[in-house]
Amino acid sequence: MNEYISLSLILFTIGAVGVLVRRNAIIVFMCIELMLNATNLAFVSFSRQHGNLDGQVAAFFVMVVAAAEVVVGLSIIVSIYRARRTTSVDDANLLKS
Amino acid sequence: MITFWILAPIMVIAALGLIFAKKAVHAALALALVMISLAVLYAAQGAPFLFAVQIIVYTGAIMMLFLFVLMLVGVGSSDALRETIAGQKFFAAAVGLVFGVTVVLAIGQTVSGAVVGLEEANANSNAYGLAELLFGKYVLAFEFTSALLITAALGAMVLAHKERLTPRSSQADISARRMREYAESGRHPGNQPTPGVFARHNAVDTPALLPDGTPVEASISPSIVERGQVRHGFDDDVDKVVDQLRSEDDPSSPDRESFGGEK
Amino acid sequence: MLDLQWLLIAIPLASGALLLVWGKESDRFGHLIGTAASAASFVLGAIMFAELLGENAEERSHAVSLFTWIDAGRFHVEMTFVFDQLSALFVLLITGVGTLIHVYSIGYMAHDERRRRFFAFLNIFIAAMLTLVLAGDYLVLFLGWEGVGLASYLLIGFWQHKPSAAAAAKKAFVVNRVGDLGMALAIMLMFAQFGTSAIEAVNAAAPGATDTVTTSLGLLLLLGACGKSAQVPLQSWLLDAMEGPTPVSALIHAATMVTAGVYLVVRSNAIFDASEVARNAVIVVGLVTLLAGAWIGCAKDDIKKALAGSTMSQIGYMMLAAGLGPAGYAFAIFHLITHGFFKANMFLGAGSVMHGMDDDVDMRHYGGLRSMMPVTFATFGLGYLAIIGVPPFAGFWSKDKIIEAAFGQNFWVGLGALLGAGVTAFYMTRLMIMTFLSEKRWREEVHPHESPRVMTWPLIALAALSAVGGILLLGDWVSEWLEPVVGHAEHHELAVPAIVLTLIITLVVAVGVVAAVVFYRREPIAAETPSSVSIFARAGRHELYGNELNEAVVVRPTRHLTRFLVWLDGKGIDGFVTGVADRLGDTSQFLRKPQTGLVRSYALTMFGGVAIIILCLLAVTLA
Repeated sequence: MNEYISLSLILFTIGAVGVLVRRNAIIVFMCIELMLNATNLAFVSFSRQHGNLDGQVAAFFVMVVAAAEVVVGLSIIVSIYRARRTTSVDDANLLKS
Repeated sequence: MITFWILAPIMVIAALGLIFAKKAVHAALALALVMISLAVLYAAQGAPFLFAVQIIVYTGAIMMLFLFVLMLVGVGSSDALRETIAGQKFFAAAVGLVFGVTVVLAIGQTVSGAVVGLEEANANSNAYGLAELLFGKYVLAFEFTSALLITAALGAMVLAHKERLTPRSSQADISARRMREYAESGRHPGNQPTPGVFARHNAVDTPALLPDGTPVEASISPSIVERGQVRHGFDDDVDKVVDQLRSEDDPSSPDRESFGGEK
Repeated sequence: MLDLQWLLIAIPLASGALLLVWGKESDRFGHLIGTAASAASFVLGAIMFAELLGENAEERSHAVSLFTWIDAGRFHVEMTFVFDQLSALFVLLITGVGTLIHVYSIGYMAHDERRRRFFAFLNIFIAAMLTLVLAGDYLVLFLGWEGVGLASYLLIGFWQHKPSAAAAAKKAFVVNRVGDLGMALAIMLMFAQFGTSAIEAVNAAAPGATDTVTTSLGLLLLLGACGKSAQVPLQSWLLDAMEGPTPVSALIHAATMVTAGVYLVVRSNAIFDASEVARNAVIVVGLVTLLAGAWIGCAKDDIKKALAGSTMSQIGYMMLAAGLGPAGYAFAIFHLITHGFFKANMFLGAGSVMHGMDDDVDMRHYGGLRSMMPVTFATFGLGYLAIIGVPPFAGFWSKDKIIEAAFGQNFWVGLGALLGAGVTAFYMTRLMIMTFLSEKRWREEVHPHESPRVMTWPLIALAALSAVGGILLLGDWVSEWLEPVVGHAEHHELAVPAIVLTLIITLVVAVGVVAAVVFYRREPIAAETPSSVSIFARAGRHELYGNELNEAVVVRPTRHLTRFLVWLDGKGIDGFVTGVADRLGDTSQFLRKPQTGLVRSYALTMFGGVAIIILCLLAVTLA
């Protein structure tokens, strides 16, 4: 059991580091998907551990939400790209100044 | 278990590829690999329904969407060359390492107790059990999910919709603009030459040749230029033509066959 | 008719307001309106005075309350005006001399393009001064008091294009504020102690009040009087006030406004009667000013400033007399009136001389003007004889009475007053010699000439009054007339008969005159002010260092205090505030550095935070 959880955590960590180091917004987004998938794996594993299907239902909902999120997120990336001709997250620094 | 031990290293390596891949397409492929492997792991853990959904939704729909956007945005839009934040990579790696080690060691080891298994829950098939939960206990959340999806679809449409701020330029406008640009910068007002037309090779990756023999880079699609796949076979081609001309005098030349049609 | 005293004020006030708001088309006749308003007030005042004469001595006080000015809780002030024996004399003096000076100003200000405005200010002054003397309540009096202060400020600074005039106006205003503070405090104290500020009620209540109250009231009123009447220690503004046009100097700074302090003391006689200390203070102030003014008058070469020193000195006489109590009140008023005549006369004469001398005020540039300006010389000469106290001219009678009363009070006070009379004779003779008698010293381009008739007629009228003003004393008329207001004076028996004292005074005056003649006829007068002179002359030229004293005692410490406060405010308080702000700014600058605006660095921080939380949880779990 623990190896599944460990794998899930490792994937999650890799996803998180990817979010931090990559600058292409699309790849950053992929890393977020990786993190979501890692949690899904944990859900499914815990579902088996406890012998009920609630974890799988949770994973299912995560997938639905992820699908919606991807649609909106990618639209945002496309509209940013159209406006600024770049997909680097470092160019969107309007939080400052 | 064997499945796990085969897939786990593959997944970790593919996930690391997501971090280290230079090209976005490679990263996307690595992610697809991770997702398919995950689907297999779902199946191995008594979740056949999620296995199917994972393949269909993630690898089928979401990854396609990613690749589609990648193509839309342009293959050339890879990472900027220079890291803008000093020490970001180092600190990210350090924090990631600390975090990963901590959670793997701590949380991973604290999960204990016997594995119950899903034999009982999946007695009436996995899909049946999930359906019972979805339309029973979680029906409200499920309904909300539908609202979420509609909102997301609408949002995506609004975001992707491009407001037209200026009137659509007519054909007369376009030709007037072209002539003006020609007057100002000498840009050729007519159509770009199509690739390969005057070239030795009738292919899109070969630039067209002007009557004086100069290659026209503009005749190549920018995507091909971006990928660095343009073929500059001009010098070779000249040699080949010279050879061919010579072999016309020599009937025993093997190259005669290829120009046979022209004779 | 006797209840029309408000009209006395209203006529010049309305005229002044009209002249101020009327446009340029009134430039041609505005001065006539102003003069007519003043004359109308005089005629009305004369008629009222005549009516007053026909009444019984006990019924000669007529109070009229126009409306309730202030009605706030216990504080109740009626706008009352009292026309009685004292104010009647003042009304005549103010409107009479005022009208003559209005007429004079028509000629004197003929070439000034702002003449209409000048007459408006003069009218406002007349209205304010009448308010002051007719007031039946100290607060109403204060209204007039501030009104004349305002008019004085406006008129001193009338030639506002001259920086010296603007500065002099400001100085007069500021110094007067010090006196007004005393006045205001006195009124507040009256209200606090007696519950009213009506003059009659206060005078009625004063004898029953404690010594502390009456002494405080007396000293505070004296402070107010000092400010307005240019008495030591608030004398410094009067000499600078000569920057104003000469008619202003004659009307405001010689005949009327500066005597308001004397009027105040006489009007508040009950308070001073009740306080020995306050009376003595008045005597000391009067005596000191008398001698100081005379000293300054001896040393000044500026004809107007010499006359101003003389004015100070003469008002010192009045103050001295007023400080003597019931014995002196009537003589103070008597001298005030005669002084109003002859000093106005002499100021106007000086104005006439300046008019003929291209506005030069330095007596060392005059000389021998007797034949050039015969009318001015004759009228000025009458004023001169009056002020030094040559019998039978007006000044003789009034000054003689004051010195006599002073000897009745105290030998040394009397001696000081006697000395003052001698010095007065000296400096006035000096002025006469330097201006009219000695050899001519004026420059070639100056052409002295007699002034037009519109200026000489008022001079003649005032000269006549200077000559015969003493008639008021005939049969002790003025003492008896004022008795219901100022109280009865018991007669002092002197060590020597009155006639002997009169002879002594005349002798002292003669000595002064002879000394001046000897001193200034012996050798030619220098056309420029000599620089090597005795320490006395130098002190007199510097107005006895009054300005320097003010500078050292008040201005400089205040400036240092201000500088210290500015420093404290800037470095201490502001320094603390800005220091806090600066430290916050520095902190913000430091905290700003992590705020790159780049989402990845925020994410890293967040991720690091999560890692730390998990480490903490782990540590807690393991512990």
